[in-house]
Amino acid sequence: MSSVDLSDPVADPGSRVKFLIGGILIVAAIIYLIASSTKATAQYFMTIDELIAKGEAIVDRDIKISGVIIGDTIEFYAKTLTLRFTVVHVPADPDEIREAGGLVEVLQQAVADPNATRLEVVYIGPRPDLLRDGAQAIITGRLGGDGVFYADELLLKCPTRYEGELPIQAVEG
Amino acid sequence: MVIHVGYFSLVLTFLVALYGAGAAAYGAIRRKTEFVESARHAMLLSWPLVTVSVLAIVWLLVSGDFQVRYVYSTTSNDMPIYLKVTALWGGQAGSLVFWSWLMAAFASAASLRKWDRDRELLPWVVVVTMVTLAFFLSLSILFENPFARMWRTPDGSQVTAMFQHGGTMPLIPIDGRGLNPLLRHPGMIVHPPMQYLGFVSFVIPYALAMGALITGRTDDRWIRISRRWTLVAWLFLSLGLLLGSWWAYDVLGWGGYWGWDPVEVSALIPWLSATAFIHSVMIYEKRGMLKQWNMVLIILTYALVLFSTFLTRSGVLSSVHAFAESAIGPMFFGFIGISFIVSLFLLMRRWGALRSESQLHSLLSREALFLLNNLLLIGILVVCVWGMLFPLISELVTGQKVTVGPPFYERATAPLGIGLMLLMGVAPLSTYGRASWKPLVRALLKPLAASLLVPLVLALRGITNLGALLGFWASALVALVTLYEFWRGAVARHRRHGEILPLALWRLAGRNRRRYGGYVIHLCTVLMALGIIGIEIYQTETQATLARGEQLTLGRYVMIYESLAQFDSPGGRHITRAVVSVYRDGKYVGEVYPRQDYYYAPEMAVTIPGVRSTLEDDLNVMLVGWEPIPTEGTTFKVILNPLVNFIWLGGLLFIFGTLVAAWPDRKS
Repeated sequence: MSSVDLSDPVADPGSRVKFLIGGILIVAAIIYLIASSTKATAQYFMTIDELIAKGEAIVDRDIKISGVIIGDTIEFYAKTLTLRFTVVHVPADPDEIREAGGLVEVLQQAVADPNATRLEVVYIGPRPDLLRDGAQAIITGRLGGDGVFYADELLLKCPTRYEGELPIQAVEG
Repeated sequence: MVIHVGYFSLVLTFLVALYGAGAAAYGAIRRKTEFVESARHAMLLSWPLVTVSVLAIVWLLVSGDFQVRYVYSTTSNDMPIYLKVTALWGGQAGSLVFWSWLMAAFASAASLRKWDRDRELLPWVVVVTMVTLAFFLSLSILFENPFARMWRTPDGSQVTAMFQHGGTMPLIPIDGRGLNPLLRHPGMIVHPPMQYLGFVSFVIPYALAMGALITGRTDDRWIRISRRWTLVAWLFLSLGLLLGSWWAYDVLGWGGYWGWDPVEVSALIPWLSATAFIHSVMIYEKRGMLKQWNMVLIILTYALVLFSTFLTRSGVLSSVHAFAESAIGPMFFGFIGISFIVSLFLLMRRWGALRSESQLHSLLSREALFLLNNLLLIGILVVCVWGMLFPLISELVTGQKVTVGPPFYERATAPLGIGLMLLMGVAPLSTYGRASWKPLVRALLKPLAASLLVPLVLALRGITNLGALLGFWASALVALVTLYEFWRGAVARHRRHGEILPLALWRLAGRNRRRYGGYVIHLCTVLMALGIIGIEIYQTETQATLARGEQLTLGRYVMIYESLAQFDSPGGRHITRAVVSVYRDGKYVGEVYPRQDYYYAPEMAVTIPGVRSTLEDDLNVMLVGWEPIPTEGTTFKVILNPLVNFIWLGGLLFIFGTLVAAWPDRKS
């Protein structure tokens, strides 16, 4: 054994081919798994402006969108677990958000801006705890022919709930 | 006063860490042991020094000094003391100090080790740990200072600064903003510290690997020293993931134990490479092979640990975990990049010295199967990295952001996971070196035949889901082979030494702790697989709006809505709570209390399901809606998760198995 070149991890040429073929097969299988799974499950991630711009072209396709919840529009019918609300466009580009004064600022502006693009969303399920005015939502679902977005999944974030702005109420020290 | 002591202690630790790194490098290069010894003292000192800062933060949090921005943003008067303490890691600035504190603890512990036989490695361990510590401290000192206070300027605006500037007045809020209600959970006490411990403790094996590369001491010494550190680091990392999962499951109730959220995935990635590492080091030790590969794995693991921290702390990803936008992103990115490049450079320099001492002979030898295990783990890692970076890649290439979610991860990782399970079933029976297939098949035959009975019986009992049958079969194979291995070893000892079987089993495990500890961990994955199959494939749910006394049925359970109450509770909550009686197969088994807590301070509601939890299944009853007039009905959603508790049971056994593997051997 010690007479064989130490630099080569596989002993004889015959088994080297075996190992090579085995390795290539496994790597190929992994690549295939990744490629096919990506193809089967990929979803467009869009802002609401982009979604509206595409319009008809993407009706009934699996899509992910981001937007901000408008609190006044939230309606929940417990009996049917039907949740309706409107989301408003926010930019997705981090640079654009930074220029506009940070995420908290952008979210507040979006809710206040009457000209921003809005979209009605319907979701069947329990009302999420984090659903509230000014929350950032990442919503997976489909745009129906009626212009309503039918959501399968809601992911909500309230950036102000974590570490936010300065206090309003304070005593002078 | 406390604020200043805490802050200056951070600055002092930073200086001590820099000094330690410098002195260690100088001492090593110039061969001046007194400098190395001094550096070692600096390393020892780092932990007590950061402890002063941590105690200062805890003091401020508990006493409620709301002028301190961090205290204001993470605590409030109504929070119980234990939560005020945990607020130490409830926000960005505190988390970073906590990170440094844990890392310093590992550094100090490492400095106390006897380094007699490994003198030349010590200085480089000091350099690596102290540079990393200094980096994290610099983030706290310069960017995310937990001691920064709020001030009001003469023109009425508010500023946050460490020190008072001319003309500003202290701004002292009456109450803090409080910790996010979702974080007010026992999970908050255990999950973040475990996750962080798992992250930081990898610094020691990594530092030892770097020491080996720098000094050229490329035998298996660094691996033998780091073995126990690595296992402990891996245990913490695994527990961090498990506890996070348990917390999510408990808070979200409807089965959100793992959501393939980007931050979850980013914490899983270093675990995957670490798991590959703890397997392949055995081949390094036993056969002197895969040395280069092991170095790659430890470098990768450490880079991924930093990367994961970076993703969690920088707000780069859209994730429920990405709490805050932060200025520390570029700094972090730079640090990871530099340390990764330096590590790779050192590795290249020693590439030749790390060649294998022996060869792979057979596809069925144990070393080949270990290699395959590594390949599959890295395969899952690549899937995860791809899924995480795909939105960024697609945007770069096509200009359109395309994402992949849980279905992608499930589809791509499930076959690899099953492959790993099968390997766990086969590899323990294989032998090193020139293994041929005949003895392996002979050893495998009995457990394989027995394992096939499991899907057969299940199929006859009406289970038709192919994925479930496959999963149950693989689990049975692993369980049988593992138990068979214990049995075989114990019986051999019993025959040879005449020991009674339990004693033989005890001594068997004692003689080869790593091996049998590893087998216990394999059994844990079987338990977890059962839980995952249960919740993923057999979860059922229903919902209904009920008037008092009405009932709802799900599987073998019948639930009767008894009453609803609303009241205020300590901790600033308004609670709405229902009483629901549960019957199983017609027999009364108890009550559950689904409720919703409304927090006045952050104006936020938290839904807490009523759970009846047994080993067989978890019955989650959620309160989703109610009318002001109770006769109009209350809406419940019910979810039944079969077998899910096997996941947590596996987790408990997992701790035991790792401790067995890491337990120090008796000194020979």
